Amino acid sequence: MGITQLLFWFLTVLTLGSALMVIFSKNPIYSILWLIVTFFAISGHYILLNAQFLAIVNIIVYAGAIMVLFLFVVMLMNLNMPASPVKKKWMPFAGIISGGCLLLVLIAALKDTEAMRRELLMKSGDIGLINNLGMVLFKDYILPFEISSVLFLSAMVGAVVIGKKN
Amino acid sequence: MTVNHYIFLSVALFCIGIIGVLTRRNMIVIFMCVELMLNAVNLLLVAFSKMQYLSGSVVDAATKAGTDAQLFVFFVMVVAAAEVSVGLAIIVMMYRNTHSIDVNFLNRLKH
Repeated sequence: MGITQLLFWFLTVLTLGSALMVIFSKNPIYSILWLIVTFFAISGHYILLNAQFLAIVNIIVYAGAIMVLFLFVVMLMNLNMPASPVKKKWMPFAGIISGGCLLLVLIAALKDTEAMRRELLMKSGDIGLINNLGMVLFKDYILPFEISSVLFLSAMVGAVVIGKKN
Repeated sequence: MTVNHYIFLSVALFCIGIIGVLTRRNMIVIFMCVELMLNAVNLLLVAFSKMQYLSGSVVDAATKAGTDAQLFVFFVMVVAAAEVSVGLAIIVMMYRNTHSIDVNFLNRLKH
């Protein structure tokens, strides 16, 4: 068992464990902190696949910007109010059973396919480096890149309009 | 590592997100579970971008195949960032109107 396998299994356990802690924490603050751990573990997977640009962008955008936004919104709200009484006690069990059924069906459907025996190019290859990605992004994908700036402008205007006191 | 390790990891992460959406009633936690599902799909796309095309061939480290997949992940992150800003604005507006972030209060919309 090489260092790559060891790192893969460590990061997998970290990802799935912290994702489970996200949905089973009672306090939303703890959910957000566990989600940050999940994003760092996913960035570790990206580094293991030698997608270094995406790993850094994942940390900056998700763990940096989006999670700070979530924390601000949670802290703006009053979390100390008593939770409303649960009307249907069987609802969480129905959710867990249906999610588990989906997991079972997907794994059973994908278990024996032939194409999945392909090896991945771990820790090598230069397609994930910022040199290669930048060349392609600013040559072939320049139009979607510019359109995404319009998308950000419209999202900013939309957030201001929605959040404005009327 | 073969690609099915990453497929099963992504499927498990996606199903954890779905279980969170179905079981939790806090609007912010539901939104975070949606982000979890987005990240599962991103991880799967990155894993597919590193998949070797011909099984049994020698490892070709100089190939440029898979660049498009990683740029696709980049654009998914861009759209997710825009989506989060609008979604959190909607959550703040809901909290201002109903003084709660419980999704069970959202059925007041029908009255």
